[in-house]
Amino acid sequence: MAQHESTYQPNTGVERWLDDRLPLPRLMHDQVNAFPTPRNLNYWWTYGGILTFCLAVQIITGVVLAMHYQPSAEMAFDSVEHIMRNVNWGWLMRYTHAVGASMFFVAVYIHFFRGLYYGSYKAPREVLWILGVIILLLMMATAFMGYSLVWGQMSFWAVTVITNLFSSLDSIIPGVGTAIVEWIWGGYSVTGTTLTRLFSLHYLLPFAIAGVVVLHIWALHVPGNNNPTGVSVKQNSDTIPFHPYYTTKDMFALTLFALLFAWFVFYAPNYLGHADNYIEANPLQTPPHIVPEWYFLPYYAILRAIPNKLLGVIAMFGSIAVLFLVPWLDTSRVRSARYRPLYKWFFWLFVITCLVLGYLGAKPPEGAYLTFGRIFTAYYFIHFLIIMPLLGAIETPRATPKSITEDVLDKASKGDGDAGAIAGVSGAPAAPETR
Amino acid sequence: MSISGDSRRPSRTLRGAIIALSLAFVGTGLGTPAHAASEEPEIAKQPWSFSGVTGHYDRAQLQRGFQVYQEVCAACHGMRLLRYRNLGEPGGPEFSADAVKAIAAAVEVPDGPNDDGEMFERPGRPADAFRSPYANDNEARAVNGGALPPDLSVMAKARSIPTHAAFAPLGWARDIIAGYQEGGPDYLHALMTGYEDAPEGTEMVEGMHYNAAFAGHQIAMPSPLSDDLVDYTDGSPKTVDQYSRDVSAYLMWAAEPKLEERKRLGLRVLIYLIILAVLLYLTKRLIWSKLEH
Ligand code: HEC
Ligand code: HEM
Repeated sequence: MAQHESTYQPNTGVERWLDDRLPLPRLMHDQVNAFPTPRNLNYWWTYGGILTFCLAVQIITGVVLAMHYQPSAEMAFDSVEHIMRNVNWGWLMRYTHAVGASMFFVAVYIHFFRGLYYGSYKAPREVLWILGVIILLLMMATAFMGYSLVWGQMSFWAVTVITNLFSSLDSIIPGVGTAIVEWIWGGYSVTGTTLTRLFSLHYLLPFAIAGVVVLHIWALHVPGNNNPTGVSVKQNSDTIPFHPYYTTKDMFALTLFALLFAWFVFYAPNYLGHADNYIEANPLQTPPHIVPEWYFLPYYAILRAIPNKLLGVIAMFGSIAVLFLVPWLDTSRVRSARYRPLYKWFFWLFVITCLVLGYLGAKPPEGAYLTFGRIFTAYYFIHFLIIMPLLGAIETPRATPKSITEDVLDKASKGDGDAGAIAGVSGAPAAPETR
Repeated sequence: MSISGDSRRPSRTLRGAIIALSLAFVGTGLGTPAHAASEEPEIAKQPWSFSGVTGHYDRAQLQRGFQVYQEVCAACHGMRLLRYRNLGEPGGPEFSADAVKAIAAAVEVPDGPNDDGEMFERPGRPADAFRSPYANDNEARAVNGGALPPDLSVMAKARSIPTHAAFAPLGWARDIIAGYQEGGPDYLHALMTGYEDAPEGTEMVEGMHYNAAFAGHQIAMPSPLSDDLVDYTDGSPKTVDQYSRDVSAYLMWAAEPKLEERKRLGLRVLIYLIILAVLLYLTKRLIWSKLEH
């Protein structure tokens, strides 16, 4: 749909002049204002805009923080407190940045599950999906490094534990793992030297993310949006211009998201953090429980579910790597889970699996926690590697609508969404589907 | 329709399986932490003037709390991130400018070198950082039988109570909705009032004191408070319980001096966003009403 005719009309002399030299207004008009978008996108489609907002918030607050922050072992912790106490609005910048990282992950996980539910990874959107997974990886690296900058006990020990994972390579080629770890540390343990390089990368990576986001949107604008029916756009009546329809819808959703965001910033800024990180880093004292931030808990559960260190590391990275293969692991010819009576339930089972893994990641790896950790880790991979390919073969999808228009008008005339059509198996997210 | 009729049956079994599995998990989840939680002392939440959306500090309480810190805790604990001027700033104990000067002037602060290259001591000024009781950590340990009295500047945020660790069903959601951020002072209050005789059969390490709230129950700090220890002039009860509430509130302010500013701004931001959301919703509805959907 990106190949739609340009409808840009330069109205003033300046616009005409610019249009012949750098047609940026034309690009914006065609790719934002007039971009033909399926008319039936529900609220789960507003997270793209929300994610862009999150990235902007992190970069703006982060640049201000970096003006006052000192990346050295002696100064880091106190400089964060200096920001909180003595810098005008410093507390607001710091809490917005810290809460913002969590909100970023809330949004990206919802965005990701949306994609899984509606089959947005399937042809012709494989590259779009892969770019999304790359963004997720970069976000994880960025957040991990950002957390280390506070130089509290959790910062320090999280860096120690996670960088130490590379030493598991010693079990393949002795010495290699240790060499890599010492190279990352810039010494024989985590020190201020390590902190300085983490700061440098923490400043750099968000801009790399911004670059990949541009590619992500480009890859979106070539095939165009997927939609809740998963049926491709076939005719003009299937789409509406992005502006004003989706600009207003996105703005409304973004404001609701900002409400949640603001609630945490102003009334529970430390709720998502860990009290131990207000204790300055102390290499001589290991905290009783080393727990990562909530958004890493599922991976942490997977890491610890496996008794062998190297295999644990492989499983942890594998849990992201497997996402790259999803477009080819799903063998169904139907995109949207709305018309996939079996996949729909396995989708929710997978969501529960991720939540449970998150819960287990916060628990010590012993007893029942460990047993469940193993079961759900196994199921995480079974979902992708066995169930996804198998379902395409054994499931009989329901009939999909002939077009988006047919689906929308059908419902509008019945007046009750798709409740009638899939009563009894409706597991779709409880948001209004078309409003 | 026959298609969906056929495929509905297996999905119903699947749904049953998912629900059963979730219940089984929640069941064991509820069971297991019970024994794990017994190691972590149960600490009750306390009422604080600074909790909730409109929370603010009680000036008189912060002033009393500072008095307790100054007369008792400061003998062993520093607060290096605070400056005397903070005591007079808005949103804190708000001592008068003269009172702040007097408090600062009462301590001798190392300074120098002077024109002769000598270090010297002079009376403190409001811009000085709180003076620490010890020259360095080694001296602090030496004086306290090997234990280091930690700096108290951010102590109220560096401790919390295990609220949702015990997996109270939806306890975490309740805490988010309540904006619960007072785990620190709740813990401090429990710690100050938690000194008791060790239960029968507890083997106490030499120089350690039994405390119900402290992890492991053996703490190197002797009970710092006792009734009538600090002479309040505003008629507040001179009890351990009152001292401990006041000093905990004071430590919360020290850790979170911008709390009042934050909550005040937060309320305005929320109201603004709610109005904006309503307007945007109406706008969106108006625009979409021209479209069949
Ligand atoms: C005689 C010296 C002394 C005095 C007076 C004293 N403390 Fe302590 N305090 C210590 C020592 C020593 C420790 C370290 C205890 C340990 O690690 O076992 C400590 C630890 C603490 C802790 C940390 C407990 C934890 O959870 O790790 C807090 C909080 C604390 N003190 C608060 C206070 C307050 C408030 C006062 C004043 C009412 C006070 N202290 C008075 C010596 C003192
Ligand atoms: C993808 C975007 C980003 C994410 C996910 C992110 C994440 C984080 C996290 C989790 C922390 C620790 C917060 C805390 O607990 O206090 C942090 C701290 C920090 N970040 Fe970022 N960040 C991002 C972008 C940036 C950018 C662009 C900059 C600078 C230009 C920056 C500068 C800093 C600084 C200076 C700190 C330390 C101060 C503090 O702890 O608040 N960040 N970041």
